[in-house]
Amino acid sequence: MALNRPHILAALGAPVIDFTQSCGALFLFTIEAFRCIFARHMLRRVAWQVYVIGAKSFWLILLIGLFTGMVLGLQGYYALVKFGADGFLGAAVALSLIRELGPVLTAIMITGRAGSSITAEIGVMRISDQIDALDVMDINSMSYLVSPRLVASLIVFPMLTAIFDIIGIIGGYLTGTVLLGLNQGVYIARVHSSVEMLDVRGGFIKAIVFGVLVSMACCYMGYFVHQRRDSAGPEAVSNATTAAVVLSCVLILMFDYVLTSFLL
Amino acid sequence: MNSLQPNTDNPPAPWNIELDGLCLGYGDTVVLEEVSDILPAGEISVILGGSGCGKSTLLRHILGLNRPFKGRIRLGGKDLFALSPKEFRKVRRRMGVLFQDGALLGSLTLAQNVGLPLFEHTNLPQRLIDEVVDYNLSLVGLEKFRDYFPNELSGGMRKRAGLARAMVMNPPLLLCDEPTSGLDPINSAQMDHLLLNLKRNFSYMTIVVVSHDLSSMQKIADHVLLLNRGRVAFAGSKADVWKSEDAYVKDFLERKEPLETHTHTLSAEASRALQRWIDP
Repeated sequence: MALNRPHILAALGAPVIDFTQSCGALFLFTIEAFRCIFARHMLRRVAWQVYVIGAKSFWLILLIGLFTGMVLGLQGYYALVKFGADGFLGAAVALSLIRELGPVLTAIMITGRAGSSITAEIGVMRISDQIDALDVMDINSMSYLVSPRLVASLIVFPMLTAIFDIIGIIGGYLTGTVLLGLNQGVYIARVHSSVEMLDVRGGFIKAIVFGVLVSMACCYMGYFVHQRRDSAGPEAVSNATTAAVVLSCVLILMFDYVLTSFLL
Repeated sequence: MNSLQPNTDNPPAPWNIELDGLCLGYGDTVVLEEVSDILPAGEISVILGGSGCGKSTLLRHILGLNRPFKGRIRLGGKDLFALSPKEFRKVRRRMGVLFQDGALLGSLTLAQNVGLPLFEHTNLPQRLIDEVVDYNLSLVGLEKFRDYFPNELSGGMRKRAGLARAMVMNPPLLLCDEPTSGLDPINSAQMDHLLLNLKRNFSYMTIVVVSHDLSSMQKIADHVLLLNRGRVAFAGSKADVWKSEDAYVKDFLERKEPLETHTHTLSAEASRALQRWIDP
């Protein structure tokens, strides 16, 4: 009876092999996307994707950045005031935003807003033969669909991270000074004196890496939606969209740790 | 619709398609075996067969989207899968393809869809691209819909637009996947008429139509390739297909019901439960 059951090692090994193969495929997909960057009409496509991924996420980033900064200001103030260090609120808010929360939260927000739609759009194109049609017309589907999104992400992620950081620091300023009565000059001076170029550079490096991770994970999931084993057709697109968002968030947090350990 | 004229003074040489001992499928699954035939140049070949017999699979392999397990596909004498990547791309540019639902890009207008191959592969100024696009849209009677998006059109219009896009590069090879499926009889007849007109006016064009529509086959086919259970049931001219003594070919052409009767019966319990539900 037990003959048909897979061996325990096989059962454990199969997902590991699957995972390793997927990582390899995603890596090769990324290399191919970089290779296809120098194609005809790339500038035009990138500009459109900057609008879709970046400009359309602007207000969301502004809103989330403001409230993140305000919460940081509130929590930071009550923590620091216990040690009589409330004057350092500006430094605490600015450093946590620029080094950590800015790049991570911006990437997660863009994943939720634009990443999911990238997967869904490319996935629908795949199941309705549109990608095959591109290939048959000898229009490289990678340079038409994937590379512009990759380049746009490389531009948009650092820009939106910078906006998130600035608006977050303003949010912290609003809670700290307007609501809790902290001295305005002290807040600004602490921000100015504590933040170094090294912190800003680290934040930007993270934003760029997250841009590559999110755009590639989302494009990959949509591009290979027809190869999913768990479902087919529209259900596969919906599963791929969920998987893309989950994978992107996991990758963001994993690489955040790795990058932080190198950048500190 | 406009009168059909090739939009070039220098028409390409016609291509035939040689299928030589093909074994096709996906992954580990074999869909078609021992497929051999020559689809003649400058004529309309119809690939016929029941649902799921591998017609579209064969088309995907002719398009080079999938590689056969065994055998060769020669287009105009060139072995498709022995070509260098550069030559393979060149050959692909010479194919026009109408996919089942048109496969128009949803984010582009009809004019942008039809002009896409020109925009991507040529340095023509936009003014000339627009002229060629308008000409091709007029061939299929869609000149008034150039600024519509695909989701604003009916299924038949999307197919005709797909045909206009397939024609835009003057291909010597036009492949159509189920061009009449899902169309009403008038639209279906219009599509047949369009394909016949293309054959008449573009003598260099080899047209391959994948279909299960017998009436359409009767109207347009010069050559027929009939598939059944993963093999070729008939390959030859339209006149010969009606003379075939093969049992399946006869049944298919006469639309006979299969001989195997339905052996599955519903259990008494399921039958009673269903009845109670339908008529409480």
